[in-house]
Amino acid sequence: MKFSIYRYNPDTDTAPAMQAMELDDNQVTPGMMLLDALLLLKAQDESLSFRRSCGEGVCGSDGMNINGRNGLACITPLAALKTPVAVRPLPGLPVVRDLIVDLEQFYQQYRAVNPWLINKDPVPEVERRQTPEQRAQLDGLYECILCACCSTACPSFWWNPDKFLGPAALLQSWRFLADSRDQATDERLANLEGPFKLFRCHTIMNCVEVCPKGLNPTRAIGRIKELMVKRSM
Amino acid sequence: MEIARRRFDTLIIGAGGGGLRAALHLSSADAHVAVVSKVFPTRSHTVAAQGGVNAALANVRPDNWHWHMFDTVKGSDYLGDQDAIEYMCRAAPQAVYELEHFGVPFSRLDDGRIYQRQFGGQSMNFGGEQAARTCAAADRTGHAILQSLYQQNIRARTHFFDEYFAIDLIKDHEGYLLGAVVMNIANSELLLIEAKTTLLATGGAGQLFRTNTNALINTGDGMAMALRAGIPLQDMEFFQFHPTGIAGKGMLISEAVRGEGGYLVNADGERFMEHYAPNAKDLASRDVVSRAIATEVREGRGCGEHRDHVLLKVDHLGAETVHQRLPGICDMVRTFLGTDPAESPIPVAPTAHYTMGGIPTNRFGQVIVPLQHGPEEPVPGLYAAGECACVSVHGANRLGGNSLLDILVFGRAAANHIVDYLHENRYHKPCPTDGADPALARLARWEQQGDGETVDHLRTELAQIMEENCGVFRTEEVMQDGLDKVTALSGRMGDVRLTDHSKIFNTARIEALELENLMDVALATVASALQRKESRGAHSRIDYPERDDVQWLRHSLYHRDTRTVDYKPVRTRPITVDSFPPKERVY
Repeated sequence: MKFSIYRYNPDTDTAPAMQAMELDDNQVTPGMMLLDALLLLKAQDESLSFRRSCGEGVCGSDGMNINGRNGLACITPLAALKTPVAVRPLPGLPVVRDLIVDLEQFYQQYRAVNPWLINKDPVPEVERRQTPEQRAQLDGLYECILCACCSTACPSFWWNPDKFLGPAALLQSWRFLADSRDQATDERLANLEGPFKLFRCHTIMNCVEVCPKGLNPTRAIGRIKELMVKRSM
Repeated sequence: MEIARRRFDTLIIGAGGGGLRAALHLSSADAHVAVVSKVFPTRSHTVAAQGGVNAALANVRPDNWHWHMFDTVKGSDYLGDQDAIEYMCRAAPQAVYELEHFGVPFSRLDDGRIYQRQFGGQSMNFGGEQAARTCAAADRTGHAILQSLYQQNIRARTHFFDEYFAIDLIKDHEGYLLGAVVMNIANSELLLIEAKTTLLATGGAGQLFRTNTNALINTGDGMAMALRAGIPLQDMEFFQFHPTGIAGKGMLISEAVRGEGGYLVNADGERFMEHYAPNAKDLASRDVVSRAIATEVREGRGCGEHRDHVLLKVDHLGAETVHQRLPGICDMVRTFLGTDPAESPIPVAPTAHYTMGGIPTNRFGQVIVPLQHGPEEPVPGLYAAGECACVSVHGANRLGGNSLLDILVFGRAAANHIVDYLHENRYHKPCPTDGADPALARLARWEQQGDGETVDHLRTELAQIMEENCGVFRTEEVMQDGLDKVTALSGRMGDVRLTDHSKIFNTARIEALELENLMDVALATVASALQRKESRGAHSRIDYPERDDVQWLRHSLYHRDTRTVDYKPVRTRPITVDSFPPKERVY
């Protein structure tokens, strides 16, 4: 099976290049995922660099661009991929080496939405109550694994990475706005005011298309906008 | 070589649930904390915990901490230290309520309280009816907890060193722990972090085994660092094989599946757990269920072409329950097997899962080592918590839902003790000029050029040996063979060479350092296993099938320098209640 892999080591290379790599057919087994293939390719050439950890789509380490589409290598079946499989780093972020990008900007955006529960009441001795219906509002939000597939697929993020917060951070923002236990709605909304942070989302929906967890940041962003409008009336 | 230095009150190595719980407590207590993690914190392996965290909240059925304690002691096959177990079970409800206050999106009951499910080895009334003690956020509890703890740490402004790899601990000549040498993976620059207290929270070593449920990062780094600092590892022969990893692949299928009503069948379609555990059936302890599956397979009743697994059925529960209660499992099974658990059974087999042993600590999280022939004594300045530690609450077999609890309770307990320690030790001790030398030597070795063996080759061989020679069922002959092979393999480490010497995000070098760590932990595991001539918990010997409380109700301690194992007594006396004396263990 043939692969074409983005290689760049600033230590030794003047420019990035796509490198052809190959696995023997007998190394490719049914049900194999792209990460399995990358690990075998790394056994051939240990300088091939990428992040990985859980291998089952829950840690968010191995987001990359696979045949032009962002996804997690560990849950992308090889069988579904056209060859040669083109593997590139997530777009729109500085490349550290090979498939590894510098995610600091992505993490900054996450931190910028104050992604923690804010409740100003005295802390009770037991749990705060939340009905199953209230809790269900968090489904589709709390599952985000911060893999950055969505934000780095978003043209608004590419154009204004320093001003637009991007789909992942905004999904987190809605995760707390939607939590019946959270009491910082006004502050959270005020924090998103202005033409860029939230409103640069043009509902292109690349984020929804690529999210490996099946989440819908565009809808979350829409809900924030609705809430903002409702509050301003 | 001159290394950059930074000073903190506390250095925490590892940013899973244990490290983050401790960091949050310390940051909130105005301590100056550094958290070093080789991966971005939310990628730590706590994220993969599925089913939940045990606490006697009594939200669903009557419960109290004392019943939880009984179950944990019995589950440990009486090898757990009962003072630590009492402490943990008493602290559990508070630990869970705190999480809820931090924002963890627990599943809810109709009255708005936290949802609790049934898990294996749980009972009401000291061995009576099945309890429901496991607090869950669907089947993504670890993810939910890790995210919330990280978020709270952002709020508390904890100082993170993300993607830094810890090379070695620094100790002075009096035995004080003074910090560690760490490496920024992005550019290979070294940093000496001086700290009055250091907490190891580096997790387990599941990568010892070929088929495992663990993340690739679980390479026993903290355990090996402790070994190299002259600290023994405790009870390493006890490695948990989870009954239900996806057959041949290893992904974890949570005990929550059986907790919600799923059950196992063999090739004859027979619900075989009825023979092995007439009362608890599929919710017996993990060691019991894993042995039962292994026995079914050995006796020819396995399923599939190779008759090497059994089936986990949930289709009788109805699609709605399955999809709502177990959404993560459904995703995983769809992804890796292309089926829907609500329609077809899941092929499962016992899979290496959890390191019960580890760095010996007391219930305050202090690392304790035996003095020559006298009593134990804390290593000043050094703490450990979570899977890398052995406190010991899990003894010979951990109960499902007790690992998340362990990291929360003992992460916090260690932080509590550290706060006190910092009050009494206000100034950094001087770091000896040669303090970093062992770490530098360790790194310099990998600069050697030329032909040699590869990291990948030795790692693959090691995992194969461990799987074949230190699995669910063990014998003298097989383990001796395993020890010989691992010893020979570790002898070949000197021949391994890297071809990649780049300074930029060199993952090949990280994997080499991880392999060194795994090799030390493998030796500890197989050497300790060979010595223990009885069957207890997860350590099942065909040649010694009975538990032997007269000779073997004791903890093992493996020493790296001499490659020998010695022993210390189990702490059978709890803090306030009566001891649970060893009894025959039936489920």
